[in-house]
Amino acid sequence: MDDISVGQIFVSAVLANNFVLAMFLGLCPFLGVSGKLNTAAPMGAATTFVMLVASLCAFGLNWLVVHFQLEFLRLISYIVVIASAVQLVEMALKKYSPALFRALGIYLPLITTNCAVLGVALFQTAREYSFLQALTFAAGAGTGFTLALVLMAGLRERLNLAKVPNVVQGTALSLMLAGTLSLAFMGFAGLGAGE
Amino acid sequence: MAIPGQKQLTHLEEFMEGIWKQNPVFVMVLGMCPTLAVSVSAVNSLSMGLATAFVLVCSTLLVSLIRKLVPKEVRIATYIVIIATFVTVVDYLIQAISLTVYEALGAFIQLIVVNCIILGRAEAHASKNPPLRTVINALGMGIGFTIGLFALGSVREILGAGKLFGIPLFGPDFQPWVVMVLPPGGFFVLGAWLLLFNWLDSRKSGVARGEPVEGRVHG
Repeated sequence: MDDISVGQIFVSAVLANNFVLAMFLGLCPFLGVSGKLNTAAPMGAATTFVMLVASLCAFGLNWLVVHFQLEFLRLISYIVVIASAVQLVEMALKKYSPALFRALGIYLPLITTNCAVLGVALFQTAREYSFLQALTFAAGAGTGFTLALVLMAGLRERLNLAKVPNVVQGTALSLMLAGTLSLAFMGFAGLGAGE
Repeated sequence: MAIPGQKQLTHLEEFMEGIWKQNPVFVMVLGMCPTLAVSVSAVNSLSMGLATAFVLVCSTLLVSLIRKLVPKEVRIATYIVIIATFVTVVDYLIQAISLTVYEALGAFIQLIVVNCIILGRAEAHASKNPPLRTVINALGMGIGFTIGLFALGSVREILGAGKLFGIPLFGPDFQPWVVMVLPPGGFFVLGAWLLLFNWLDSRKSGVARGEPVEGRVHG
């Protein structure tokens, strides 16, 4: 996997293989927090940070479990490390920005169960990325997640002002919107490193 | 759920809860990532549903058995480790049974760990109920999840490839609606299912109360 350039990996993770819209990872916060623009961006930033930490740790852990031939422990160790990283972010946010901490609410601890974070760790292992490639991949995935979240929040803020039939309101409408966004992102297919 | 003051459900009701009233896919809209990602064909969704159901039943049973031993502060971490253990078991199991399915589902088998349904059930149900009741509820949820996945997967396979379980349905002239097996199709089909349920719901309660109902908003 040494032949793929760092730039290709980044572009692919942000646009062509966007984690939310093309690979269906991290949908719970995507639909849950995308109601308002001013919570969407910080949520994306927090998730990106956790992704970077998770990717860093996963790289070290993977080396360890392969070295000691304990591959069956890989998944368990990944999830424990991610849970601790989220705890760290939570404590930092609570100290430095209590307002934001309250705004994100339940979705902050739920980053642990955000499949996008575990997805980053698992995909970088499966694709045998080098250290630099793995970090770039995590940064790209985080940026892509933030981009999708912000776009969706912008659309939903507009949609709040529109008149929509009762039946369509709620998740059904969000899903249709997400589908349309996903359709738009398909235009990027083939850009970057591909699968 | 054993909320004080609420009537205790019979075992049958507990079982039906997950299949109909609280269906994880259509009513609670939980665990959407694996739902949408693997539901490109009927076979994939069935195997994913069964794998999830297996993890759900085993881990909630264990959580229920040790519910009095685990301190409150570390319960989530404990649940996650239990779930991760069973997911590892399923991961190796599927690899041994069918390599084709394993490759088709890819990383999404391991991602069962972060499926909100399982952690949600462990926290909301298994940690407060005796083992038998938990297993019955988890079975219902697992079957409900599988039904939901199958409903999505079969529609997407029929529209997107003109097949069901790999068997062509419409003859050689059928022009497949490719977008349905691509990512946007997942969003559209699930959205359409929810629309259908919302519509049925609003019609039912609209008839009863004689007024249009507000759309439900999920988290």
